This record gives sequence, structure tokens and C-alpha cells, in this order.
Amino acid sequence: MSALPTDPVLTCDGADLRDLAPRAERTLLIACGALAREVLALKRINGWDHLDLICLPAILHNTPDRITDAVRAKVAEHRATYPRIFVLYADCGTGGLLEVACREMGVTMLSGPHCYAFFDGVAEFEARGEVTSFYLTDFLARQFDAFVWQPLGLDRHPDLREMYFSNYETLVFLAQTEDPGLTEKARDCAARLGLSFERRFTGYGDLARELTEEATR
Amino acid sequence: MSDEEDDIILSDLSDDDLVDQMMDDLYDGLKDEIMESVNILLERNWTPYDILTRPLVGGMTIVGNDFRDGILFVPEVLLAANAMKGGMSILKPLLVETGAPTIGKMVIGTVKGDIHDIGKNLVAMMMEGAGFEIVDLGINNAVDGYLEALENEKADILGMSALLTTTMPYMKVVIDTLKEQGKRDDYIVLVGGAPLNEEFGRAIGADAYCRDAAVAVETAKSFMARKHNRAPS
Repeated sequence: MSALPTDPVLTCDGADLRDLAPRAERTLLIACGALAREVLALKRINGWDHLDLICLPAILHNTPDRITDAVRAKVAEHRATYPRIFVLYADCGTGGLLEVACREMGVTMLSGPHCYAFFDGVAEFEARGEVTSFYLTDFLARQFDAFVWQPLGLDRHPDLREMYFSNYETLVFLAQTEDPGLTEKARDCAARLGLSFERRFTGYGDLARELTEEATR
Repeated sequence: MSDEEDDIILSDLSDDDLVDQMMDDLYDGLKDEIMESVNILLERNWTPYDILTRPLVGGMTIVGNDFRDGILFVPEVLLAANAMKGGMSILKPLLVETGAPTIGKMVIGTVKGDIHDIGKNLVAMMMEGAGFEIVDLGINNAVDGYLEALENEKADILGMSALLTTTMPYMKVVIDTLKEQGKRDDYIVLVGGAPLNEEFGRAIGADAYCRDAAVAVETAKSFMARKHNRAPS
């Protein structure tokens, strides 16, 4: 199985994590780089050797208007090679455009508005109705500076924090794994943003359920 | 900023040079310098309206254009907006006193379930700078709140903002309620926010989707001009 690249590589460059041994009936997973570790873990645990993984740069999370074109290009690049392609993105701020594109291309994608929802469970997330919560996943907690602190300019202008976060109350850390060190890092992120902290263990949530459906179909 | 620029004494500059300097200071997000310059121009008997429109709105227009073109990013725009806000805090009471021209009245707020107000605040500020009266309902607004404010304030324009894919459909709830109550044509409805696009604006029955604050101002002006042209004499 391909080695997991570092988080900065997954953030900025994405990664081709395919096992290239030829097999019939392979499915290509085109995923956000922020899901690489979780998808590889699910593949390993379940022995899903017929699922190949390619990750787009996770930092597209911060420019959702670019996600749809990036997914389109990746699907176009590989559609001749794979009978099935599963896009591991939810809507992710594309305003429905990714769903339209996937329908046009005849590929499937994850349900829900974003990774926070599918880790938490889309129905559960919606039912909670947490309007004033700011979310981090394992990946985003590890890459907090690259995804939040620096792009928002808080490293250069800490006084902007109020303008960004005054309407939030709580940082909810949606934890995919039991990692006390990462929990402390997420708690520190909450303190830096001036928010209260809540940890919620989600495991892989609907990502596991949807991948299981795909892998066993 | 260079040492040379640090040495600039704002009060020594001619009016034209001071306006140019204010535009630079606004671009750099220098709130204290903007407030000092506004006071200097007031002492030189500039009208509050001219100070607002020439260096401040003029400067923010450049900031907006450079944001659109990918030269500036959100943090820099926020710093510039904060500097403009400093200038506005001095000018606003004076504008009321001097009866500066008002183009129209806008009720604006983020929709129910959405607390992201940075874009909405920028639009409100630029609209105010362009001569619109703003009634800012803040964040997380339900349909009743919008409708009540539109009626009570006798507004011309409704502005709705959303950052989330999950909250943007609520704009349609508001517009549909206006239709049900036979009030849709009483108001110009403008919508905006990162996940929106023109197609969505059309689909929900808004008058226009506004990509950014500058577009919102121009769109609102254009609709208000059409409204006045239609008005019976």
C-alpha cells in the first residue's frame, strides 16, 4: 500500500496513493487530501484493495469555488481507466455545483454539506443545529495554522480575531481517532480563537458507511 | 511602510496629496491615519459628503477591485474596512446633520442559521458610503424579522447574505413569503455570499446576485434609478 504523505504535502499538493497492481473491477476514489489518512485506514482495516485513492490538495477547502473544476479535471484524467469513480467530497461550499458536475459526469459523491457533517453523521449534524460552532477535524487540527491562522491573517494581524470569530461560541473538535496530543492541540486552537472547547469523538462516521456501501456493491 | 513614508506629516500635505495619501492609508489599513486625515479635511472645510466619497469610498473601491483581481486577500480587505469604519465614525453624525443625499434605504442581514457577517458588513458599509441608508439586522434572521423591518422602515431594498450551502436556501423562504403576501414587487431583493452564484439568485427569484460589495452598490444604484424612472410623476 502507498505510504501516506505528510500533512503539508496533502494540504498543498494532494497525492496519488494508488496501488498499481492490475485488477479488474477497480474503483477510483477522488478525495480531498484532508481525508487521505482516514480513507487509507478504512482500506487497510477492511482489506479494500480494489479501491484506488487519489487526493486533491486539501487547501481547496479554503477556496471552494475551485473544487468543482479540480474534481472535473481529475475525473476526466482517469475516467477511461476506471469503470467506477467515487468522489469523496461533500458539497464543501460549492453551492451545489459539485453535485451538478458529478451528475453530469456520471460519478457518485458523498452526501451532506461538508466533512464536519459526514464525520458527525449527516442527519445527526443537521439535527444538532449548532449555529455558533466552529469545527475542526483531526486533519484540520493538525493543520490549523495552514487552514485557519495564516489564511485569515491572524499571524500578522491578531486584532482581526474579533471580526472573524465574535459570533462563534464554541470550537467543536470532531475527533476521528483517540489522540490525547491532538486533543490538546485542538484545545489550544480554541483558546487562540477565544472560543470554548468541546471534543466530540466521531470515528469515521458516514465516511465509513458510504465507503462500505461503495466497496461492497 | 518605508521610513520615508513614516515621516509624512499629514497636515502638511495639500488637499490633493492628502486625498492620495488617504487612499494609500486605507489600502494599508491604517485606521489612526485615516481618522487624523478626516479631521484635517474637516478643518479645511471639506464637506463630510466629499470626504466620504472621494478618499474613503474611492479608496475602498480600489481595495475592492484588487480583492476581486486576487491582488488583495480577506485580511487586507478587513483592515481597510476597519480603517474606513474609523473615518465613518467621525463623518456619520455630520452627514446626518448636513442632510447628505440618500439614494435609498436597505434592510440587510444574514439569513437564519448563518452567523457569518463579514461580507454583509462590507456591503452595508459600502452601501452607506455610496449614500444608501442602512438598517442592519445583524445575523441569523428569520423571515418575520426581515418582513417586519422592510415594512416598518419603508425600505426600498432587501439584502440577504449567507456563507453556508446549508443556509442559503433560506433566502428562497423569505422571497416566497414576500410573494405569498403580495409584497415581492415592493422591494428590490439582492443576495450574496460565497457559495451563491447568478443561477442560484435567479432560481430563488432574487432581483440580482451580487458577487461583492462593489457590485452590490452598482446593482442597487441601477435598480433604484430604474425604480425612480418607473415612479408615477
